[in-house]
Amino acid sequence: MADPQYRAAGEGALRVEPLGDLVAIFDRRSMQTHLVVAPMPEILAALEAGSCDAATLAARLANDFDLSGEGDVRAIIGERLEELAGMGLVEQV
Amino acid sequence: MKHRTRIAVGPVQFRIGSSWGAPITALKRLYVGYPQDAGRPADATVRLFAARPWRRWLRPSVHIGGDYIVPDALPLPLSMGLLAAEMGMNLQVALGWRRHLLLHASAVAKDGRAVMLSGESGSGKSTLAALLGEGDWRLMGDEFTLIDPGSGDALAFPRAVSLKNEAIAEIEARVGADRLGPLLAGTPKGDIRYLIPRPDAIAAMHEPARPALLIFPRFGGAPAIERIGEGEAFVRLTEASTNYVALGEAGFGALMRLARETPAFTIAYPDSASGMAIVEHLWAEALR
Amino acid sequence: MSAVETLIDLLAGRRAAATLAPRDWDGVIGVARAEALLGTLAHRGDPAAVPASVAALFADTRAAAAVATTQALWEAEMARRALAPHGIEFVLLKGTAYAAAGLAPAPGRQIGDLDILVPWHDLARTENALLIAGWEWVKEDAYDDAYYRDHMHELPPLIHKARDRMIDVHHMILPRTHRITPDALALVGDAVRTEGGFAVLCPTDMACHCAAHLIADGDLQGGLRNLWDFHALTSAFAVADRGFWGKLDERAEMHGLEKTVHRAARLARDLYGTKLPSGWNRIRSGDGRYQRRLLARDDWGRATDPLLQQAFYIRSHWLRMPPAMLARHLWTKWRKR
Repeated sequence: MADPQYRAAGEGALRVEPLGDLVAIFDRRSMQTHLVVAPMPEILAALEAGSCDAATLAARLANDFDLSGEGDVRAIIGERLEELAGMGLVEQV
Repeated sequence: MKHRTRIAVGPVQFRIGSSWGAPITALKRLYVGYPQDAGRPADATVRLFAARPWRRWLRPSVHIGGDYIVPDALPLPLSMGLLAAEMGMNLQVALGWRRHLLLHASAVAKDGRAVMLSGESGSGKSTLAALLGEGDWRLMGDEFTLIDPGSGDALAFPRAVSLKNEAIAEIEARVGADRLGPLLAGTPKGDIRYLIPRPDAIAAMHEPARPALLIFPRFGGAPAIERIGEGEAFVRLTEASTNYVALGEAGFGALMRLARETPAFTIAYPDSASGMAIVEHLWAEALR
Repeated sequence: MSAVETLIDLLAGRRAAATLAPRDWDGVIGVARAEALLGTLAHRGDPAAVPASVAALFADTRAAAAVATTQALWEAEMARRALAPHGIEFVLLKGTAYAAAGLAPAPGRQIGDLDILVPWHDLARTENALLIAGWEWVKEDAYDDAYYRDHMHELPPLIHKARDRMIDVHHMILPRTHRITPDALALVGDAVRTEGGFAVLCPTDMACHCAAHLIADGDLQGGLRNLWDFHALTSAFAVADRGFWGKLDERAEMHGLEKTVHRAARLARDLYGTKLPSGWNRIRSGDGRYQRRLLARDDWGRATDPLLQQAFYIRSHWLRMPPAMLARHLWTKWRKR
């Protein structure tokens, strides 16, 4: 089975506010507040370039971040995407 | 209802009805110095009632009702009717008020700036605020502090202060009997005695104050002060607020602003004197 | 005039808000809260015509209702995300449906649980898909469970473990033991789609369900609100479609709900002034008993009918804070190049 593809929330749906070590994300569609840490905000930002799967997203992130020595980046990003989908912040398509 | 009164605390106008006269008489005495506006419609309704008509006389027990009800709340004996009324007022605000961000925190103010103390019951937030309010601070409230989502200002909710257990003697040593309610011994929350805030605190109850300090006190152990970051302050504030979710983005924004703009500390203290000293110390630091 | 009658007159537009004395609002607001109609009241009429403190309370209420409606629609969206991958389609019911379709009762209306209707043959798969997506049984009680499955028109209630919201999955709109058995397949088959992509009952079915919910299903608890739904829905449907009442007659008969729907229509006419066509415009002696129960509330918001003294309350799970969802996994080596 192919890796699942994910879609970012629509423009203006999320209000992202850094709070020290944490990032607070207010979702205007659900009225929920999610407190997350890296790499969640980075994944959300990278996904805004267009729906994709974990491998594509890992490649996008590698452009901006040093991922050397991070182990199986694709698998880790896949897990994070699943968690973000559980919170409703991204959607599996 | 047969017996009734109206009380305005901060922005909230209550109407309180009771099947018995005694709780209303006791309330009227506590709130006699509060501004009265008999023509103003009530924002919130509290009802003290008997579950069965004969229970008005036979082993009378007071059920707490109103606009909002906690279904499994146990009734109180009539001798604790005043506590029932105060719990009823708190409940309506905690569950129903939507105009402001509601923080489970006591607060005192000086020169238009507020110090907020937030913690579980037993943290001593009520006692510290009451004691500071007997000094050169203005008591804003011992239970709830309201934050205006538009301006970020703190607003007072100066109900009668609920003194518990050891705090009763500490305050009795400082104020006259005319400012204290009857001793309610052996309630489910221990011994309780209500303190009427000072007249100047009541007169100033509509004056907003700028949040200057956020303190999360813990009673017991050696004196300690720890500065906490914005993230932790935010998390603690979400736990202290009963209505930020219901306020939507306005609630989120107000909490965010409070966490970002207000220096926040956790403190531990072994007794009231050291607790007050820590607050004064942090206040002096915040002013610099 | 009692507060509950004043409230009804205000909602029906028979009385101007400006004619109330300030203290009349005490009882009106208390009763409106008890009947879950404060948001509806806050959306009607001219804010300038009410005392300033009431206008402020109404503004608070409207803002809170807008937040709650957004949350309710999000639950529908999360149910869609849970069920769509399994090819399960569902129909939104009650408050969430009115909000999703932008119907007349929606502004300010309180919405409790998410109610959805799925065809009987999809019930087991729906249950599975929801459990996978994070919903759990509210109570693990074999007796209750068996009771629900054998006798009720819905699955035992499920609650989402992270969002703390309940979903009621219906496969019929009345309990199976009820003598009336509306045609569930027709309800699903004739559902219509909203602009946002959700399915809701077609107008006539929606009116039938609303009436059934008011009269046949339960004990008139919250009846004034349900009756307002019926009034607002049918009035708007009749404006959009002049043949609406005739179609409603046929549809109600098909579902075996003609008496129920006619009763609801007469009560709505008598309380809220719903305009009925001649075939509907009758007088029935039994209506008085229903009307008395609907009006059984004193000026302190208390139910005065002993059978209705199960007070309105906020369920305890609404009191709990949504957990701050702290990510458990710190991935520390992320750094900007």
